[in-house]
Amino acid sequence: MLKINDLHASVEDKEILKGINLEVNAGEVHAIMGPNGSGKSTLASVIAGKEEFEVTKGNVVLDGEDLEDDAPEDRAHKGVFLSFQYPVEIPGVSVTNFMKTAINESRKAKGLEDMPANQMLKLIREKAEMLEIDRKFLSRSLNEGFSGGEKKRNEIFQMAMLEPKLAILDETDSGLDIDALRIVANGVNKLKSKDNAVIVITHYQRLLEYIVPDFVHVLHNGKIVKSGGKELALELEAKGYDWIKQEATV
Amino acid sequence: MAYTEEELKKELETKEYEYGFYTDIESDTFPKGLNEDIVRAISKKKNEPEWMTEWRLEAFRIWEKMEEPEWANVNYEKPDFQSISYYSAPKKADPNKSLDDVDPELLEMYRKLGISVDEQKKLQNVAVDIVVDSVSVATTFKKTLAEKGIIFMPISEAIQEHPELVKKYMGTVVPKTDNFYAALNSAVFTDGSFCYIPKGVKCPMELSTYFRINEGGTGQFERTLVIADESSYVSYLEGCTAPSRDENQLHAAVVELIALDDAEIKYSTVQNWYPGNAEGKGGVYNFVTKRGICENNSKISWTQVETGSAVTWKYPSCILKGNNSVGEFYSIAVTNNFQQADTGTKMVHLGKNTKSTIISKGISAGKSQNSYRGLVHIGSRAENARNFSQCDSLLMGNECGAHTFPYIEAKNKTAQIEHEATTSKIGEDQIFYCNQRGIDTEKAIALIVNGFSKEVLNKLPMEFAVEAQKLLEISLEGSVG
Repeated sequence: MLKINDLHASVEDKEILKGINLEVNAGEVHAIMGPNGSGKSTLASVIAGKEEFEVTKGNVVLDGEDLEDDAPEDRAHKGVFLSFQYPVEIPGVSVTNFMKTAINESRKAKGLEDMPANQMLKLIREKAEMLEIDRKFLSRSLNEGFSGGEKKRNEIFQMAMLEPKLAILDETDSGLDIDALRIVANGVNKLKSKDNAVIVITHYQRLLEYIVPDFVHVLHNGKIVKSGGKELALELEAKGYDWIKQEATV
Repeated sequence: MAYTEEELKKELETKEYEYGFYTDIESDTFPKGLNEDIVRAISKKKNEPEWMTEWRLEAFRIWEKMEEPEWANVNYEKPDFQSISYYSAPKKADPNKSLDDVDPELLEMYRKLGISVDEQKKLQNVAVDIVVDSVSVATTFKKTLAEKGIIFMPISEAIQEHPELVKKYMGTVVPKTDNFYAALNSAVFTDGSFCYIPKGVKCPMELSTYFRINEGGTGQFERTLVIADESSYVSYLEGCTAPSRDENQLHAAVVELIALDDAEIKYSTVQNWYPGNAEGKGGVYNFVTKRGICENNSKISWTQVETGSAVTWKYPSCILKGNNSVGEFYSIAVTNNFQQADTGTKMVHLGKNTKSTIISKGISAGKSQNSYRGLVHIGSRAENARNFSQCDSLLMGNECGAHTFPYIEAKNKTAQIEHEATTSKIGEDQIFYCNQRGIDTEKAIALIVNGFSKEVLNKLPMEFAVEAQKLLEISLEGSVG
């Protein structure tokens, strides 16, 4: 589904990704771990098409199509979803209104009519229930005054609404207490199918106890320096990242 | 919703000012320049009684001695008042004729403006008075309103038909001596709307005036007078457009509202005068004086959506004279390209237990400058007066400016005054967040701006809220990225 080939990307002439290779197939869960500043969030942003980053070499291919010329919204229409590490606030725009706009814009891109209001409401109700989201929450301004946990839960709610092909969860576990973590992880697990894929970016093994990855990759200094199964995450948890850094410099 | 997504999209593609057409109607225009003879000639043209002519002349003499104000945070080339024609009328307009007799070219213009004057296809529950250049062309729903004793007609007709009301109230809220433009307007106003709601009557429909400058080299000086008698209610809306022209056109209106005991007036404006082109050439100078007076237990609420004009100078205000009276001001002012707006309100608390609320939302894009200027005055006898002001500014890009000038004068210790202000910027992060959810940049801006303006948009009558929302989107097109 997703194929990343020798991807190099920089911001303001500073190279951050230095040759990433990664292949993600439908039905798989990949975890990307690594120390601070290794390029994890940059990788997520580059896949989503953030313009601030310049791809200097290599490419990102989704379902055989190079995404190079696609604007972020085109990529979203093709099924790329990014759960943000720091979701932004949009005052005065309710969660419901935002979702309605997002869904209808994606439908429009596919040549479909707007989703009828009753169908939209039903979908919202269903997904909110799944993520144990209070109805009142949906009429609040997007992320405004949300707690860290509420923001992350709202991200996963949006993922549930948009049903992406490829979901990238960027540090979704940060700021979540253990109950919220369980709810969010359960949500993600319910959304998983043989047709979609999930990339989980995290510092800690904690989230991976709930969302069990098929593959774990360690990113260091803009490169994937080690890949393995879910046991690699445990090893990292026990030993820290220093041994990886040493291994990588040898 | 009156607009489908497709229509909206098509609308968004047209970057030009959409009301920029000029209709070729034969018009009767005075020679340029201003002197006592011109003032007399206007009065004569209108077949006015002697007292009105004298009133105008007095205003003219006051104006002659006044200087154009300089204190506003705007820069523009001062209009040459001798190179403006002070009277222009579409020749075939005759207010006494029925709609069937209206010049078909005029009707075509209304169609372009999106107004149907045809009673068959009338706007739902909206009575419209349309002022083109200097005269009022058609007033719909006169009969329905008359049954309730409501008077809604061009002010020139009111001077003839209801001189006692005009004489009693005109100039009582905005005196001739008030300011330079108000004095000018008092001397040369050519038309506008007059509205009187009798005691205890709730006006059953929105009353609306649509102003249009058509002829080149003319100014528009309309005068609106709304009187809500005791325990009555009226909701009034005005809309404004002008053709795109290279030269600057002057619009200097006066609006006076009178809310007698227990009355309520809701006055909404969607102002979309031509703002000039992307290089800052042309556009309307909008120098307007709007003020209302509240007697006991009455309420005046101003709501304005200002997207047009090259220069805006406008402070819809409330004099809270009566005890327990309430003043409200809700404003959205959008400036793009080289537009300049200096707008706000004055809340003058004179009576006891008076309350005022000010919500101002300024949106600046391009190289524009957007200023909020507001005065909250609490008089010495205004026990327990309360004011809440909130001024929010939203910036788009790095070349525009937002300014806030709040003035507070409290002469009574029991006053409670709150002022909140915020400035924010539409961030790339916000745009990217929307993009990532499949919402393109244009739509994302519209969404963010609408969210920002929501508190004010909610105050507009439903059908106009949709129009205003659409206007906001059009005015800000192409302003980011």
